[in-house]
Amino acid sequence: MKANAGALPTQEMLINMGPQHPSTHGVLRVILRTDGEVVVNAKPDVGYLHRALEKIGERVTYAQFMPFTDRLDYLASMNCNAAWAWTVEKLAGIEVPERAEYIRVIVCELNRISSHLIAFGSFTADMGAFTPFLYAIRERERINDLFEEICGNRLTYNYVRIGGVSADLPDRFLEKTKEFLDYFEPKVPEYNKLISYNKIFVHRLANVAVATPEDAVGYGLTGPNLRGSGVPFDLRRNEPYSVYPKIDFDVCVGTGERGTVGDCFDRYMVRINEMKESVKILRQAIAQIPDGPVMAKVSRVFKPPVGEVYFRAENPRGETGIYLVSDGTVNPYRLKIRAPSFVTMNIFEKITRGLMIADIVAVIGSFDIILPEIDR
Amino acid sequence: MEPKAIFEAVQATFGEAAVELQEEGFHPAFLVVSPEKVKEIGRFLRDDPAMKFDSLMCLSGVDYPDRFAVAYHLHSLAIGHRIGVKAYLPREAPSLPSVDDVWPAANFQEREAFDLYGIVFEGSWDLRRILLPEDWEGHPLRKDYKYPEFYHGIKV
Repeated sequence: MKANAGALPTQEMLINMGPQHPSTHGVLRVILRTDGEVVVNAKPDVGYLHRALEKIGERVTYAQFMPFTDRLDYLASMNCNAAWAWTVEKLAGIEVPERAEYIRVIVCELNRISSHLIAFGSFTADMGAFTPFLYAIRERERINDLFEEICGNRLTYNYVRIGGVSADLPDRFLEKTKEFLDYFEPKVPEYNKLISYNKIFVHRLANVAVATPEDAVGYGLTGPNLRGSGVPFDLRRNEPYSVYPKIDFDVCVGTGERGTVGDCFDRYMVRINEMKESVKILRQAIAQIPDGPVMAKVSRVFKPPVGEVYFRAENPRGETGIYLVSDGTVNPYRLKIRAPSFVTMNIFEKITRGLMIADIVAVIGSFDIILPEIDR
Repeated sequence: MEPKAIFEAVQATFGEAAVELQEEGFHPAFLVVSPEKVKEIGRFLRDDPAMKFDSLMCLSGVDYPDRFAVAYHLHSLAIGHRIGVKAYLPREAPSLPSVDDVWPAANFQEREAFDLYGIVFEGSWDLRRILLPEDWEGHPLRKDYKYPEFYHGIKV
């Protein structure tokens, strides 16, 4: 019989990827419609971790909501803590002591390094290289040790308070941080040697899932994902808050180093480069930190004025925006958290059209999403 | 641009659809607009060369004591200014046009407002529940939401 490829019956297949899947970074479900190996359509289905944090927020006081922000983006709890504190302080017009602001910047940047390390490690593990993950975890361990000294916790820190931070830095903390930075700084080039320019790795990422600058802005990508598309926008620079105006650092953008601007490789490289910038920020903050109190006077029964405020902070995964409506009572009237990963998932369906199934894993990893924040 | 100038520009083009400017106590200030004109005003704010609000930062539903609202927080990367837009809706059958073809970023957040508040975004390309299961009853972020006792016969 003569082989006739045209006569073979072909049909699209519906594949369920997740919610329990090692590469989806949590419980993300993707409904794939495929034509052979090619993805015709990939619809993300989120919400498996929904805990109604916004509803809870309407029933607790402003201070009581702080531990819940730890559970938003658990890999960057310090940043989420600080974003909440900055929002409430902006609403109530609280002046925070300068030392406390420096401490916040120090812990936020340390947390940014630790979060980017996980992004780097898990992404490379998704791409089939297991060793970098162990390197990343080894470095992150030292940051966890530092945080444990500050607040006793290694994951959900609950360290920042409305009006300052819960306690001053322990003895020798700044020296230990400096020691860590001296140890960590040479590691980044080491990662690049280890995996970043590995031929197989580059081939998996270059020119895959390109987000053009227009799409990136229109679909609301933020943080490293936006900068990966070559848009030099960083809230720490463009809408400076806290003590960031006093600190000098570069905004890393994607350059299309190995492919097109805005591909998976660019998003990956932005994170790698941002770790170096965080080291720079940390060194300056440690040099500049003044002595003084770490907590402003905030009354125990805290009632902010009536008003509405929207504040956004540059977190490792993009901008965490908090829209807060206050009716002057002890509870927030409405509290909306604009989670960067949630808005990022918007572009997923568009960007994955026509990719291979294996590329889906690369796309999820390159966006560095985190599910507790998506589902809130 | 200052909020007042933006408000006056919107008023000059859309007349009464620009209802008021909320400034005192609001960061950023809000242009209150009538809900049926939200999409046209959105497109105007995005395309006008003096405004260029190319980025929708946040879209939220709010349940005020007597009415719902949808709040849009806009930012312009090109110019670097920001503004809020707010549309008040009646509690009965709240609905307004979707802005997802003005700012594609709106889609997920509109689905969220639909899911948690029951606000309908007409003309949306994909309006389904997003965080809750599809067969969930009620809209939990409404202030008059009654907590269910059972889900699929299981006591919660």
